[in-house]
Amino acid sequence: MTSVNTTTKEMEFGENFTLNFGPQHPSAHGVLRLVLELDGEVVERADPHIGLLHRGTEKLLENKTYIQGLPYFDRLDYVSMMCQEHVYCLSVEKLLKIQVPERGSYIRVMFSEITRLMNHLLWLGTHALDVGAMSVFLYAFRDREVCFDFYEAVSGARMHANYFRPGGVAKDLPEGLTKTILEFTDAMKKRIDEYEGLLSENRIWKQRTVGVGIATAERAMSYGFSGPMLRGSGIAWDIRKAEPYEVYDKVKFDVPIGKNGDCYDRYLVRMEEMRQSIRIIEQCIEKLPEGPVKVQNFKISPPGRDDMKSSMEALIHHFKYFTEGFHVPKGEVYAAVEAPKGEMGVYLVSEGGSKPYRVKVRAPGFAHLQGFEMMTKGHMLADVTTVIGTQDIVFGEIDR
Amino acid sequence: MMEIFEPYFALVNQENLWELLIMVLQVVGVISPLLVCVAYLTWAERKVIASMQLRKGPTHVGWAGLGQPIADAVKLLFKENAIPANASKVVYMIAPMMVMIPAVIAWAVIPFDEGLVVADVNLGVMYLLATSALGVYGVLMAGWSSNSKYPFLGAVRTGAQMVSYEVSMGLTVLSVILMAGSMNLTEIVKAQETVWFMIPAFPMFIVFIISILAETNRAPFDLPEAEAELVAGYFTEYSSSSFALFFLGEYANMILMSAITVVLFMGGWLPPMDIAPFNWIPGFIWFFIKVAFILFIFLWSRATFPRFRYDQLMRLGWKVFLPFTLFWLVLTAGAMHVFDLV
Repeated sequence: MTSVNTTTKEMEFGENFTLNFGPQHPSAHGVLRLVLELDGEVVERADPHIGLLHRGTEKLLENKTYIQGLPYFDRLDYVSMMCQEHVYCLSVEKLLKIQVPERGSYIRVMFSEITRLMNHLLWLGTHALDVGAMSVFLYAFRDREVCFDFYEAVSGARMHANYFRPGGVAKDLPEGLTKTILEFTDAMKKRIDEYEGLLSENRIWKQRTVGVGIATAERAMSYGFSGPMLRGSGIAWDIRKAEPYEVYDKVKFDVPIGKNGDCYDRYLVRMEEMRQSIRIIEQCIEKLPEGPVKVQNFKISPPGRDDMKSSMEALIHHFKYFTEGFHVPKGEVYAAVEAPKGEMGVYLVSEGGSKPYRVKVRAPGFAHLQGFEMMTKGHMLADVTTVIGTQDIVFGEIDR
Repeated sequence: MMEIFEPYFALVNQENLWELLIMVLQVVGVISPLLVCVAYLTWAERKVIASMQLRKGPTHVGWAGLGQPIADAVKLLFKENAIPANASKVVYMIAPMMVMIPAVIAWAVIPFDEGLVVADVNLGVMYLLATSALGVYGVLMAGWSSNSKYPFLGAVRTGAQMVSYEVSMGLTVLSVILMAGSMNLTEIVKAQETVWFMIPAFPMFIVFIISILAETNRAPFDLPEAEAELVAGYFTEYSSSSFALFFLGEYANMILMSAITVVLFMGGWLPPMDIAPFNWIPGFIWFFIKVAFILFIFLWSRATFPRFRYDQLMRLGWKVFLPFTLFWLVLTAGAMHVFDLV
């Protein structure tokens, strides 16, 4: 035998074992690269490496008009698309000082909550798969598929919708969509109970998640956690309640919070959030007013196709809107939404042209990933995947 | 090379040639249906789990995807057998055989029907325990020789897991031996003519089912090959036919463990009740049905449960099953003595 067994030869007795976890690993959730230092199975050090999905989104946005830049936001956190569009639209609208018509606002809130459902369904499936329960994954995807149909109905695209626009939404809802959505939410209530039935009281599930990946309230705050990661630790911070945007102050919903800040609490928080999202969707459909879905200032939103056939001015507006884009007054603004993963923010600097001077994206996952070592230290290798699952990591937003 | 076999060739003469031929035929007669069963168990697994998960499973190759196992085998065998540069090549190649062989040779003592057994030996139970314990060497060799970190961790886990569950499995088997009064598998089945052992020893039956799940590294105890943690565990580096051998070995082991359960607890080839129409059906059909039922439990639990963690698995094995099976063994012995059932 000429080969040398380096695994056993190079390691001294008592030395730690360094394991390169990812980026090509089944539960790396994309391109997470973790350098783990293991003492047997116990994690001594977890060092997440980022940047493998860096696409230069922020820089690219500087060379695109405001409407051309919008599709990039779909592709940040590619499992909660419309919420990202939402935050960019809000920041542009803040600088433009315009108010979205009420119908547009309700549609946005409704689709933000559908997006939250989609995100949490994917999280539930992958989290369960990481812990080893494979069936939940396929059940969750069944429901997620229906949400994609709603995306397709309003925008024509199933994932990267590009539906929200500065000043409203691209198009009004197609006829009968609200009825389909209501049928879905009715079914979804039972489905969430089913999923809870599969997992919540499952002894193995509880053994694997209770007391794992604890982030105490102080720790969670100091690491900059937001969304369910913060609420799981018992802090009732939700931007939808704290600084209501759109029509979140007109709908009733509760903010669930956890107690211990472990994976099980975060699981329960997210399950309850899905129920609350359904509540919001139903209220939005009930209260949906008639009227326009985008601002009627045609320098900011495209004019109707019919007007362009007869009105010279509409034709010019249309041409200017899609070539040069609209001009945004000089200024700096920060806008944030409660995205499914936490606080998604955009810091926008405009020099007055039709393109932004600088866009900084505040991604919730980036802050969560910082806390990775804090959450996994002293746990076992199997808990690493549980914590990856509970952080709901998507690299599109972390690397940008 | 051949000269070392010469003494054996010399042993073959006119009289025992016939005997030898029959033995070879018996071996082929057991192994070839077994390999077909293994192939179609993979098909059954995909179909059963698919129907539990709102999917269809394989549908394209042949009717209802029945050609899929053959297509998979052909695909695997035509792939390149890649050996990692730093691997210990000899050990690396022997490891998959070491997993496959014990899973096949154990079948020698399994009685499929009354008298339908290759070797009706008196210490059948011991032989089974010994061969099933051999499988762990192949896994350890695979993990060590790959010289890679994921297989290494997988092998460490498997070693610990198989050894821990072997203990409670052995004690469970002991209580069956006490009840049957024999270590011959045919005798054990015959002792169940009045009542199957799964009824008086129901807790042991449950412990045994859970132990064989752990013994064969199946969900929820599939830590050695936990996809979410260790990619594919001890056979991460394997490809092509050596990967296929691991795969065959795992499934052959599943069928073997189910067969052992059937023999020890579910009355082997015996019908549920010795009345018409149950006793019209031949014994080996009953045996097949019961094995299929246990295999269904394997697949069912894979679709249902999350995975245990390493320390939780060890705790279950040593702190729950071991004391419980020991207690039950003493209880069985006591009851046999008191009610004079020996």
